[in-house]
Amino acid sequence: MGFDAKFSQKLGARGWIGMALPKKYGGSDADAFSRYVVIEELLAAGAPVSAHWFADRQSGPLILRYGTEEQKESYLPAICRGESYFCIGMSEPNSGSDLASIRSNAKKVGDKWVLNGQKVWTTNAHHSHYMIALVRTSESESRHGGMSQFIIDLSLPGVEVRPIKDLTGAEHFNEVFFDNVELPDEALAGSEGQGWHQVTAELAFERSGPERFLSSMALLKVMIDEVGQYPDAYQAKEIGRLTARLLTLRNMSLSVTRQLNAGANPAWSASCVKDFGVGFEQEIPEIAQSILETLPSTQGGNDYSKVLAYLTQQAPSFSLRGGTREILRGIIARGLGLR
Amino acid sequence: MKEIFESTLEKLLADQVTLDLVKASEEQGWMEPLWDLLQSSGFSLAAAPEESGGTGLGWEELNGVIELCGRFCLPLPLPESILSNWLLGACGLQGLNCAVSFAAENSLQWDGKLLSGSVRQVPWGRYVDKLVTVVGSESPVVVVLEPNSAASSSLSTNLAGESRDDFIFENYLPIDSSALPSNLDSQVLLKGGAMLRSAQIIGALEELLRVSAEYGNERVQFGKPITKFQVVQHQLAVVAENVAAARVSVQAAFEESGSAFPTLQLMAAKICTSDAASVGASTAHAVHGAIGFTQEYSLHPLTRRLWSWRSEYGSATYWSKLLGKSICEMGSEALWPTITSGDLNV
Repeated sequence: MGFDAKFSQKLGARGWIGMALPKKYGGSDADAFSRYVVIEELLAAGAPVSAHWFADRQSGPLILRYGTEEQKESYLPAICRGESYFCIGMSEPNSGSDLASIRSNAKKVGDKWVLNGQKVWTTNAHHSHYMIALVRTSESESRHGGMSQFIIDLSLPGVEVRPIKDLTGAEHFNEVFFDNVELPDEALAGSEGQGWHQVTAELAFERSGPERFLSSMALLKVMIDEVGQYPDAYQAKEIGRLTARLLTLRNMSLSVTRQLNAGANPAWSASCVKDFGVGFEQEIPEIAQSILETLPSTQGGNDYSKVLAYLTQQAPSFSLRGGTREILRGIIARGLGLR
Repeated sequence: MKEIFESTLEKLLADQVTLDLVKASEEQGWMEPLWDLLQSSGFSLAAAPEESGGTGLGWEELNGVIELCGRFCLPLPLPESILSNWLLGACGLQGLNCAVSFAAENSLQWDGKLLSGSVRQVPWGRYVDKLVTVVGSESPVVVVLEPNSAASSSLSTNLAGESRDDFIFENYLPIDSSALPSNLDSQVLLKGGAMLRSAQIIGALEELLRVSAEYGNERVQFGKPITKFQVVQHQLAVVAENVAAARVSVQAAFEESGSAFPTLQLMAAKICTSDAASVGASTAHAVHGAIGFTQEYSLHPLTRRLWSWRSEYGSATYWSKLLGKSICEMGSEALWPTITSGDLNV
């Protein structure tokens, strides 16, 4: 998923960002399915949508749902114009899958909050204007209590963003440090102490969208080109099976969208989409390298070589982002009454 | 109507189809009293239009009914009778108020008005009064035959002990026939059979998942129920997500079925359910341990059916190859539009 601010602004001018938000905040009052059609076509075409992606998918809906009137008026119109970019602050150096163990904290001092701590693996933090972060705001008896979400202006004094190179050498994710960052009271998103509840609701959006099965679409397409019109039996079988699963994942994702649209929190179904989708997406590069003898290549080579090289190296991240395989299977097992 | 049909059938099957009955059917054959009960309740004519003597329910409304047959391991050709009567109705013929099955494969040839050749793999063929099949591919004709009048037969069963019989007919005058409507092709019974088995697999898989979770929650080893071990939880979670995917694929196939079957959706349904059947059966046996491997325990009626049904009317590999071939033929630019429109002509 490429980053291109100009592209995002053009999409915004068309009314294709924040489509499901109300008109009075710059949105289009569109239903969830109109938005779905637009984002899945963008992904299927490989459009560079990363700049506004998190704001459109998560931050905008979160602000609409939990934000104050002032917050809605202040943040949503710029999101819809494709000018204001958000990142998601969840993981910390010692808190990955065990998200409830986070230690970044904000303390109320007078009418301000003072923020200290560190987030890591924050995709796009180096390109974003704001982070919506989950931090600790009080001691709590309950493991899931005492946490709140803040909208953090990343240009404030005390915020430092350092990109981290991934295994391909690219810089997508970052570590973000907070050193006595002073936040106004209005930076609190939603209710104090309700952070965990808000974050788990937000994750249903993150886990069920079409990006959960369309990341490897480009490779499936070049695979079909490279195989050509007359596949052998093994190639035909693998391509057919992938097509069947792609169709089914899309139907699953649409079904979760239907539930989200009706105001439900389909955490269980969303986890199924994510984990089943990851299995599909990680299988595509494996199948690609097994049905043709073309070598993957990052330098030179044809489209197939390049896309294969890129996705082979990206694939491990698919089962990390948005919840690891183990966390998702734990959620599914709980739904089955096993935990 | 859908709800009444489903709840009535669920009650009837829950009451009648015990493990003993399923075993008895494997050993003794036809369960006549239960068939009479099903037939007199009108289930076998559900999909035939009213003018053909049926109830005129659509496939979307019958999805749950076919799943129930799978969930309870019903050892009778109710799904087959529903499909056969649907096809007869689609051809303007009267529905048959008797046990009726179908053959997706045959080598029948016309000689004037008489037919000769074989029909293969007829579910419950030796017990049904009539069977339906499609003769010829150029101008296909639906014919009704009586297995009792076959010149010879070769009787067999699938892994689950459900009869799958071959018959040879010689110079046989079909008791009824009609040209297949132009919106249906000569593969209609293969496609219909794949739809039936997909839904039966889903019904069986949901039951399999339920009994596996229930058994795992009760079975104590190392001082706690085995489902408290993460490794067991995650194996069952993988089954659950495969079942969730398969369920969605079956729903799409039934929802899109009207006067014909939707090729792409039914292929996806048979592929996803057959794959899920493999994952589900092996994990369920692993969770149940040795007790699940015994004849007296009620796991095998489900798993032996799953191992049979995944192969019948096209395995995951059969349909994957066919689908992959047409996707490659159309080229990569057609892939995404095919997925979003759901239209595929093979």
